[in-house]
This record gives sequence, structure tokens and C-alpha cells, in this order.
Amino acid sequence: MLWKIMLGIYILIVTVAAFVYAPGAAGLGDLSRIIYFHVPLAWVGVLAYLVSMLNSIRYLKKPDRDFDFRAVFNAEVGLVFTILATVTGAIFARHTWGVYWNWDPRQTSIFILMLIYAAYFVLRSSISEEENRARLSAVYCIFAFISVPLLVFIIPRLYTTLHPDPIISSSGLEMNGQMLQVFFAALLGFTGIYAWIYSLQIRLYKISQRWEGQ
Amino acid sequence: MRRLLALIKKDLTDEFRTRYAINSLLLFAVIALVMVSFATGMAGLSASLHAALLWIILFFSAMSGMGRSFAKEQEKNTAPALRLAAPPEIIFWGKLCFNTILMLALAVLVLLMYIFLLNPSIGNLPLLVLLVLLGSVCLAGASTILAAIVSMAANQGTLLPILSLPVLLPFFLVVINATQTAFQGAGFSQAAGSLLFLVSYAVVIITVSLLLFRHVWQD
Repeated sequence: MLWKIMLGIYILIVTVAAFVYAPGAAGLGDLSRIIYFHVPLAWVGVLAYLVSMLNSIRYLKKPDRDFDFRAVFNAEVGLVFTILATVTGAIFARHTWGVYWNWDPRQTSIFILMLIYAAYFVLRSSISEEENRARLSAVYCIFAFISVPLLVFIIPRLYTTLHPDPIISSSGLEMNGQMLQVFFAALLGFTGIYAWIYSLQIRLYKISQRWEGQ
Repeated sequence: MRRLLALIKKDLTDEFRTRYAINSLLLFAVIALVMVSFATGMAGLSASLHAALLWIILFFSAMSGMGRSFAKEQEKNTAPALRLAAPPEIIFWGKLCFNTILMLALAVLVLLMYIFLLNPSIGNLPLLVLLVLLGSVCLAGASTILAAIVSMAANQGTLLPILSLPVLLPFFLVVINATQTAFQGAGFSQAAGSLLFLVSYAVVIITVSLLLFRHVWQD
């Protein structure tokens, strides 16, 4: 319980710091503050998908309902975070590039990530038998993951993008020390929120299992 | 190897007897082409539009045909016999080969009819043909395992395109771009990167499918 209170206070501090402590980037001004929220959201979206995929692999190795459950709720969490990242990204795009949506390679990538999640849930809803559903959706989760490295690493290299690229390349947004501090603090904080949701879901699952047992 | 050939032969014989996929696929492709030709009329389309339209037609025709390859085994209850007859990897290769043959035939026809009906100006025909053929192999490679998954689910008709699109989108981004340059008359050296991407995409997709197919194809 204590670490959750700490996490709450931590996120509060990071949020305030993002608006007060960190300076605006050159050329973008206050608009640049969105990266303290947008990038961590996208990061958790991809992280949740990675965890979902790893749990799918574990399920195929050892068919245990536990792994299936983890794969599903990670996909659910990932979908929510991906949608939030897309929305925050579109807001940023509107104010810097002039339009909400222009099929920039980065926008395409996140859109495909959303499509994968959506297709995953459509597949799950159309298989009624429980074991088949878990097995086939695990296969799909792994298979669709092929797209992710292609989209994150290869496609943005092939086509020009307007998206600022603060970590991977040296061009784009220049961040000074204070900005980097807040940026990494925000990444850590959002990962903490993800861990919190994860532990909550596991507890919920255990309670429901015990309920079924009685 | 012998079993693989037998499997492909069985599918081809089955296909020539029922002519289901050939008929429906062809008609579907023709309808799509006529629609496009009708809608665009004689308006001179740009190379990027030609590339996009060509691949939209190919994608949806492929989706209407590929889904059958496993669904027909389920419908006729021949899947258990197939499970007994050969290990999953052989089944996968057999279905993949059959789907590829089907897809290549379809692609050649669609391309010919596209040129006939829409009369695009083609800068580099050999490159265009190569891209369409290579792209067909990618399409067949990606949709074979998905067709197997879909054959075990409800609402099969709509599920295959929904599942395929996220997997195929990176491929489409590259192939549509390369096709556009082929229409504009780019040389092979310019398209080398795209061709390399397509080949490696096909290899990755087929390898992952092979690893996973065992889990799909069990009772």
C-alpha cells in the first residue's frame, strides 16, 4: 500500500515539474511539454504488448489459464495506453504540423498497434471454446508482433517523418539536462502506474479464481 | 517431400473439380477491377493511385480466396484425416504452396486485366511484374496461418481481412511505394531496398508461421 501512495505523490511531482521545472524546447515552447506524457504513454503501450506477447509464448509452452489471462489484460491495458498516446500525439500534431492526422510513419505505426489489439479482441470474441480461444489468440498475438519491429525501426527510416525523435536519433528535439530529468522521471512514473495496474489485475484474477473454487 | 507433393496435388485436384476458389476469386477480382475502371472512367490516374488501386484489388481478392484453404477441410470434416496423414509442418508447406500457386495465378490475371482496363503508363514493366509476383508470395505467406486460425472461429468471412491487415500493413507501405516507382519507370537499383525488404519479410513471416503452426493445427 505504501508504495502506491509514494507512486501517487511521485506522479504528482513529475506532473508539476513537467509544467514548472522543465523549460520549453527551443522553437516549440510550451508545446514540447506534451512529451512528458505522450512518450511514456506510447512506451507503456508497446511494453504492455511485449508482455502480452511473452505471456502468449509461455501459454503455448505450457497451457495454463494464468498466462492467457495475463496476455489478455496486458492487451487491454496496452489498448487504452495506445489510444491515449494517439490522442495526445494528434493534439501535438495539430498544433505543430497543422493537422490532427496526416499518416506520418509514426502515426501509422501507432495506428497499426491499435489495429493489432482490436483484431486480437475480435478474434477472441469469435471463438467460443475456451482452450481454442486461448491457444489461437496466443498464436495471433505472437504472429502479429512481427509488425512491431518493422514499424518501429525500419519504416520510419525509409520514409521521412515529421515526428521529433528525442531518444533514438540525435536530430530533432534537443533536450537539456532539466528536460531529460523530467522526461526519464515521467517514463519511470508511467511504468510504475503500469506495474500498479498489473498487480491490481493479478489480485483480481486470484480472487475470481478463489470464487470459482468455492 | 512425397507427402508434400501429394498434399499439393490433392488440393489442386480438389480445386479443379469444384473450381470454387478459381471461380469466386476470378469473379471477385473482375468485379473489383470493373468497379475501379467504371468509377475512374478515363480520367488519367497518377502513378501513386494506380499502385494503391492495384494492391487494394489484390488484397481483397486474396482475402476472399485464401480463407478457403483451411475452411474447406473443416467443413468437409477432412481435417482429422489430414492430421493423421502428415505432420503439421508438411501440412503448412502444402497449404502454403497451394495458396502461393493460387495467388500467383490471380496476380498475373489481375495485372493483365488491370493494364487492359485501366491503361496505366508503365515505366518499368519487368520491375512491376517482379513486385506483383513477390508481393503475392508475401500475401500468401502471411494469410496461410491466419486462414488456419480463422477456420476454427465463427464469422469467417470478415475475420481474415481483419486479422491480416495489421500483419500486412508494413508490407503494403513498402510494396505500394515501390509499385508507384515502377509505374513511374524507376530502375532496379532504385528499388533494391524495397525488394530486399519484401524478400526478408516473406522469409520472416514464413519462418514464424512454421514455428507457430503446430499450435494452431492441433485438436
